[in-house]
Amino acid sequence: MNMNERFEAYIASDAKIEPKDWMPDAYRKTLIRQISQHAHSEVVGMLPEGNWVTRAPSLLRKSILLAKVQDEAGHGLYLYSACETLGVSRDDLIADLHSGKAKYSSIFNYPATSWADMGTVGWLVDGAAIMNQVPLCKTSYGPYARAMVRVCKEESFHQRQGFQILLALCNGTEAQKAMAQESLNRWWWPALMMFGPRDEDSQHTEESMRWRIKRFTNDELRQKFVDMTVPQAELLGLTIPDPDLKWNEERGHYDFGEIDWNEFHHVIRGNGPCNRERLEARRKAHEEGAWVRDAASAYAKKHARTDASSTHAA
Amino acid sequence: MANSAHLNYVLRLADDAVIQGQRLSEWCGHGPILEEDIALTNLALDCIGQARALYALAAERAGAGQTEDDFAYFRDEEAFRNHLMVELPKGDFGFTLMRQFLFGAFNWLRMEHLSGQTQDPELAAIATKAVKELRYHVEHARDWVVRLGDGTEESHRRVAESLAALWPYTGELFAPDSIDEWALQAGIGPDLNALHSRWTAIVEAALTEATLDLPSSTGWMQSGGKAGRHSEHLGYLLAEMQSLARKHPGVTW
Ligand SMILES: [Fe+2]
Ligand SMILES: [Fe+2]
Ligand SMILES: [Fe+2]
Repeated sequence: MNMNERFEAYIASDAKIEPKDWMPDAYRKTLIRQISQHAHSEVVGMLPEGNWVTRAPSLLRKSILLAKVQDEAGHGLYLYSACETLGVSRDDLIADLHSGKAKYSSIFNYPATSWADMGTVGWLVDGAAIMNQVPLCKTSYGPYARAMVRVCKEESFHQRQGFQILLALCNGTEAQKAMAQESLNRWWWPALMMFGPRDEDSQHTEESMRWRIKRFTNDELRQKFVDMTVPQAELLGLTIPDPDLKWNEERGHYDFGEIDWNEFHHVIRGNGPCNRERLEARRKAHEEGAWVRDAASAYAKKHARTDASSTHAA
Repeated sequence: MANSAHLNYVLRLADDAVIQGQRLSEWCGHGPILEEDIALTNLALDCIGQARALYALAAERAGAGQTEDDFAYFRDEEAFRNHLMVELPKGDFGFTLMRQFLFGAFNWLRMEHLSGQTQDPELAAIATKAVKELRYHVEHARDWVVRLGDGTEESHRRVAESLAALWPYTGELFAPDSIDEWALQAGIGPDLNALHSRWTAIVEAALTEATLDLPSSTGWMQSGGKAGRHSEHLGYLLAEMQSLARKHPGVTW
């Protein structure tokens, strides 16, 4: 057996790959792409929610939202660290985000225009993220799998908190309930797009499945998400904006309408309503923080020297 | 039933906390490094938590059926009694951290005193929890003040400017008014003069390490926040914070 065959056999036995293990270049590249994309999504995802922290309508909701955004920053941090075990630096990954070379989840290119969006984003976006990510807790690359265990635990809190926001709105005044419905109308389709292209159009699925980086196909996960979400929407008393949505007794699943794939591709290509401003905001934070990072490293360098020379003197 | 000085004393503490929390939240997702996004969000979370506990105490004592949110969301600028320093716009990262250090050290000493007094045990309980959080705030801010002061030429210049801009707002922290006098007499609040000496020692040590000069304390000092006379900035801050809640008064979120 050559290296490649041995690797494939090892993976097929469901064993974990660790940073020091040999791995094919393509496996490493796929992981870097996927993990960094995930890390970027966590960080860009802070923006639409961060926007509402200062306007949250009660101090309790403000606290919960702050804690959520803080968790997302933490997720970004673990994921960048997991990615660094593959031999890339966080700085390079961030540079790729800022240059537009690296992608992040397209969902964050939609605007969060109402408070209800804080509920919908938690319920649907964190909910879809959980669907995508729970299987990753068993992914073949050890550091990624371990990071995902912690991330998924927190994402399920987020989903519940999002649902709670909507529940409060739906049990509230007419205006609050309308706010919730209007929000669902905007987020439903983009949330379904979070599972990626249809299986037959997905470039990476087959290889990723074989390498056990991925464990379910896009369409399988999307179906699971719809099946889980429809009863929850009923509980809220909200209408899912899809006239084709109905239970299919034979399949034991909900049928649902066609995603606007044209929109999907445009948003990925950078034409979504917020692509420009999200990247702008990240770049601006990075550029405006340069003097702070420079100061921190200058200080560390100066004081490493002082400490070293004082040790020497002693 | 609390008298009005007592109630106002608690509300002031709460107002300082909520306005700080609001300013710190503005950094959410815009910090210079991811670690600082986490740290600043954490500080904001502590401040909002402190505000909630203090407003809830005030609500209970006011006895008019208010909630914590009535105080935060349904009072106008002139009813807010926070120190002017905390309402100033967030500025650059160095400005925020310098403020967090100068104000945080004051707040920490104040809460430490409140945690030890026995005349208002409910307030002492809130202060005891807050003191642990504020100690971390001061340490974190102090580390950055030192790093920025003793970092690069640019960081030194920037943070020195922030110090100069913030300094005139330090006077109000230690200038007692009738409510502070009442709290001192009642055995609840600290002696602000004594607090000032301890604060100066903490600040001086940090600034020395940061290679920054301690500004003169004989210059003109701004004041008014504690009396409800604010800067122009507070109105915008409250407009943002209160807009949604005021659009839907009386609802549950
Ligand atoms: Fe996520
Ligand atoms: Fe996350
Ligand atoms: Fe989340």
